[in-house]
Amino acid sequence: MKDMENLQALLPFAAIEQKENTCSLAVPGKNSYEAASLLKNSGFDYLRDIIGMDYGDTLGVIYSLSSSENPEIILFLKTATSDKAAPKFDSVIDLWDSADLYEREVHDFFGICFVNSPDMRRLFLRQDWRGFPLRKDYDARPEINPIPLGNENLAEMETLPVLDIMNADDKFEAHETVFDQSEYVVNFGPQHPATHGVLHLRVSLDGEVIRKIDPNFGYIHRGIEKMSEAYTYPQILHLTDRLDYLSGAINRHAVCLAVEKGLQLEVPERAHYIRTIIDELTRIASHLLGWGAMCMDMGSITAFVYGMRDREKIMDIFEETCGGRLMANYNVIGGVMADIHPNFQKRVKDFIPYMRKMLKEYHLLFTGNPIARGRMDGIGYLSREKAIALGATGPVGRASGWSNDTRKIDPYAAYAKAGFKEMLRTGGLTFDRYIIRLDEVEESLKILEQLIDNIPEGGYAAKTRAIIKLPEGEYFQRVEGARGEFCVYINSRGDKYPYRIKFRSPSMTLVNVLKAIVPGTKVADLIMLGGSLDYVIPCIDR
Amino acid sequence: MEVKNIRIRNMKTGDFKENEYLEEYLKELRANGVNIAVAKLDDLINWGRSNSVWPLTFATSCCGIEFMSLGAARYDFARFGWEVTRNSPRQADVIFCCGTIVHKMAPVLKRLYDQMAEPKYVMAFGACAIGGGPFKSSYHTVMGVDQIIPVDVYIPGCPPRPDAMIYGMMQLARKIKMQEFFSLSEEPGLMDFKRIKAKAFEAIKALKDMNPLKKDEKGGKR
Ligand code: SF4
Repeated sequence: MKDMENLQALLPFAAIEQKENTCSLAVPGKNSYEAASLLKNSGFDYLRDIIGMDYGDTLGVIYSLSSSENPEIILFLKTATSDKAAPKFDSVIDLWDSADLYEREVHDFFGICFVNSPDMRRLFLRQDWRGFPLRKDYDARPEINPIPLGNENLAEMETLPVLDIMNADDKFEAHETVFDQSEYVVNFGPQHPATHGVLHLRVSLDGEVIRKIDPNFGYIHRGIEKMSEAYTYPQILHLTDRLDYLSGAINRHAVCLAVEKGLQLEVPERAHYIRTIIDELTRIASHLLGWGAMCMDMGSITAFVYGMRDREKIMDIFEETCGGRLMANYNVIGGVMADIHPNFQKRVKDFIPYMRKMLKEYHLLFTGNPIARGRMDGIGYLSREKAIALGATGPVGRASGWSNDTRKIDPYAAYAKAGFKEMLRTGGLTFDRYIIRLDEVEESLKILEQLIDNIPEGGYAAKTRAIIKLPEGEYFQRVEGARGEFCVYINSRGDKYPYRIKFRSPSMTLVNVLKAIVPGTKVADLIMLGGSLDYVIPCIDR
Repeated sequence: MEVKNIRIRNMKTGDFKENEYLEEYLKELRANGVNIAVAKLDDLINWGRSNSVWPLTFATSCCGIEFMSLGAARYDFARFGWEVTRNSPRQADVIFCCGTIVHKMAPVLKRLYDQMAEPKYVMAFGACAIGGGPFKSSYHTVMGVDQIIPVDVYIPGCPPRPDAMIYGMMQLARKIKMQEFFSLSEEPGLMDFKRIKAKAFEAIKALKDMNPLKKDEKGGKR
C-alpha cells in the first residue's frame, strides 16, 4: 500500500481519519472482516496488536496494522458493536497468525467473541473467573472472585469452546480438544527454572520428540491495564517499569513520549540524549542476561556468571545516576527525574572498551564452542514470512531477515543523531538469534560512544503542571524494547486518568513463535529454544 | 540459648537491628513450654542447618532478577552456604518468594509449600510478597504471601537490593539457630512430630477408605 489516498477507494464503507503517519479507519462491525482481508491483501501483513475497547455504550476492537514494506505507516482499523450482551466480530485468525493470542486476550478481558476462531478459552484468567475485568462496569469485589484454594482444573483447559453462529442461542460449544485422548501430555511449569518466569506449557510428547505445545498464561497477571485507568499519568509510569523489567527504562520512555506528544511538551535536548543512553544501557544489560540465561539453558553456568558480572557494571552506573538498580525509575513526563551523576560519563566511557573486550571473550568461550554449536546449529527455523505473520519483532524477527527496528523506522529521542546499523541476519535459526543479540550489544556500544561526549548542556526536564491532564484523543507510541516493538496506546477523555491504556507486549508473540517452531524438536531443545527467544513472562501477562 | 549468644559469621547480636523480635519469639517459645536449643548437640546440628539452607528456585517476576544477581558472582550467596538452589520443593528448606503472587498462582504456591519437608521456612522478598506492593489496587493480586502461607522473614524493597536479601537470610539463620531440633513443639513451622504423625495416620485411613475403582472414573487425564 504505497499511498493512503487509495485507502478510501479500497474501503468505500470506511470513515478515514489521518494524522501524520497514523491513519484510522472506522468500519461497521459487519464489514470488519472484509476490511481486514482487503487490507491484508493490499500489503498490511503485520498485525501489531488487537486492542479491546469499552466505549461505554458500545464495545469494540482496534486492529493495529503495519506493512513490512512500508513500516512507517500505522493503521488502526476500528470497529464496534452496540450489542453488549453478546458482542461478536469475525475472527481474523486466517489472515494473521498472531491474531490467535490477541483475540483470546480481548475475549478474556471484554467478553467479546470472535466467530470462526477455533479457540475461545480465556487467556490469562482462570477458566472459572467471573466477569470481564476491563469492562467499565466490572465488579471487582473480592467476594465475587476470591483467592482460589484449589488448582485450576486442567480439564477445562482441554476443550476448545467455539462460538457457533449456526447455533440459535450463540452458545459456546466444545468442538475439539487441545490434545487427543491418545497423546502423552506433560506439564512444564509454572514452577520450573527454565521457563524464564511462570509460564505453563503443556507439551505433547512422542517419545522424546515434541508434537505440540499449548501455552497457558496468567500466573503473573497483575491487571496493570485496569489499574492504570484509576491512576494518574505519573503514577502509571511506575507500573510500566514492572512490565518487562529487563527493559523497564525503555517501556517507561514509551509512555513518557506518548504523554508528551499529547501535551505538546518540548522536551530538552539534554533529556533526549540521557534517555537514549539509558535505553541503550538497558538494552545491553537485558541482552547480557538473555545471553547468560540462554547459555545456562544449554548447560553452561559459566556464561551466566560472566553475563551477570558484566551486567553489574551497568547496574552500578544506574545506581549512581538513577538511585535504583533494576528499576531505574528515571524517566518522568518532560524529561528525566534528576540530572546525571558527575561520574556518569566517565563510567560509561570506561564501560565501552571493557564490554568490547568481554564480547571477544564471550565469542571465544561460547560462540565457537563445538558443543554449543552442536546444540544450536540447524534447529528452530523461523522463516521471514512466518516471523511477519506471527508479529515476531525485535532480535527474533531480525534474525529471520525482517527489518523492523523502530529506532530506524520511526526515530525517537536522539536515535536520529547516532549512526548505527540495524543488525539483520537471514538464517532464522537458533544460532542467528543467539549471535544477533551479541551483535546488537556491539551496535549499542557504538551509539553510546557517539552520544556520551555530546550530551548538550541545558535543563534535564521540562516544567510540567502539577496535575497532568491529557487532551481528549488517542495517542500511540512505539519504541524498540530489548525484545521487540513495545507500544503504548492511550485513549484519553481529557481527564488526568487515561480512559484506556494498552501496552503491546513484544514477548507475547514470541511464545507464539515457540509454538510454531517447537514441533518436531526434542524436549531438551524446547528449553534452549525458549532461551533463544528470550521472552519475559510478566510482560505478557501485564 | 540467649539471643545475645547467637553469632552469624562474625556478626554479633549487637550488629543486627531486629533483636526485640527474636527476644519476643524466644519468650513465646518458653511460655508455650517449648525447649530452647541449649544442648551441645543442638548447637552442632543448628550450626550445620543454618549454614546449608537449600532454597527453592521460585521467582515469579522482577524480584527474581535480583535473586539471580544474588546468586551470581558479585553477591554470591555461596559464601553463606545457601547456593544449593533446588528445583524440587521436596529437597528445599526455604522458599524464597520473589515477586508478585496472583490469584492464579496462589494454589500453586500453596502446593509447593505443602510439598516441602519440615522444618521449612518462608522468606517474603519485596513489596509484592509482603503486601501486594505496587499492585495493591489490582483485582488479581494476592495481598502478600502471608495470606496463603506463614512467613518467617520479610525483606522490604521494590526490588530489595541483594545486600538486603543477604541481611534477611542472616536473620533467618539466627532464627534457625534458636530452635531446638529435637523438641516436640506446638508451633507450626517447627518440627512437630505429633502433628505429622496424626496427619500420616489420617492419610493412611483415607487410603484404606478409598475405592480404587471410583478414583479411576473421576481421574481421567492429567
Ligand atoms: S516488589 Fe517490586 S520488584 Fe519485586 S516483584 Fe513486586 S513490583 Fe517487582
